[in-house]
Amino acid sequence: MNSHTTDHEHGHDHTVFQKDITEPKEDWEFLEIAIRELLIEKNVLSAREIQDEIEAWEKKNPEKGAEIIARSWVDDDFKNRLLSDGNKAVAELGFTVESLKLVALENTDELHHMVVCTLCSCYPRTLLGVPPLWYKSREYRSRAVREPRAVLREFGTTIPDSVEIRVVDSTADCRYLVIPRRPANTEKMSEAELVKLITRDSMIGTAEALDQHGQRS
Amino acid sequence: MTNLFNIGDLVRVGDALPPGHIRTPMFLRGCKGTIIKHFGSFPNPERLAYGLNGLPKINLYQVLFEMDEAWDGKGDYADGDTITADIYETWLEAV
Repeated sequence: MNSHTTDHEHGHDHTVFQKDITEPKEDWEFLEIAIRELLIEKNVLSAREIQDEIEAWEKKNPEKGAEIIARSWVDDDFKNRLLSDGNKAVAELGFTVESLKLVALENTDELHHMVVCTLCSCYPRTLLGVPPLWYKSREYRSRAVREPRAVLREFGTTIPDSVEIRVVDSTADCRYLVIPRRPANTEKMSEAELVKLITRDSMIGTAEALDQHGQRS
Repeated sequence: MTNLFNIGDLVRVGDALPPGHIRTPMFLRGCKGTIIKHFGSFPNPERLAYGLNGLPKINLYQVLFEMDEAWDGKGDYADGDTITADIYETWLEAV
């Protein structure tokens, strides 16, 4: 037993600041455990297959989305195809968005799109990976539609009042991908260099793309 | 299925409160907006949620709303800011 567990005075308390992962307590958590255990017991899926699937999803990252945006920046014809039929256009690059309609939204000097799913957490996961925790939070979901400018300021993103902010609520069968504005002075950059300027948040619309030096503008 | 609305049509979102799996956000019920896109038709999610096949498919539209229509000035937005949502035809009526 180390000295910290004895009862001497030593000027600090032992409050645990980092909470442990909470034990399941909601109905849906028990439901998930019950269904998972039944699937394993009935040999429908193995525990390993379930873990592999979770790991595969966790490995997905926003890079695919960034490749699509970079292509749209350098190739106007591709951008037009992306805007008119997202699924077909991304298939050209070898990406599939199964059974959902992929809709690209172009940010311009007059219009800034910002995506939210107020009902749950709809997100183009196959292209951007698992959504960040804040995207699924009640706070973001309720505030994005009502005080988008305050939310953007908290992301460090200032959009002039003369630019229309269009909050896009992803309520149904569509998945939205924002095409951020291409930063200035990037005409000579290669597609691979441009990919590095395209962040996850710039494809959700809570930020702009990085500048030509890879910095926040 | 026939397309019920055209781009530019003014519509009102139903303000009913039925139980079940509803994909029409509460804050837009009863609001007036404009059809800006027709996405095609999709199985009805209100039926899919109960293990039914969701057929016949129903039309899905992107509807554009002025911020004031939903929040009446009580929010942090600029004049001209907007919201869109994807709403199935069963929740829309012509204005």
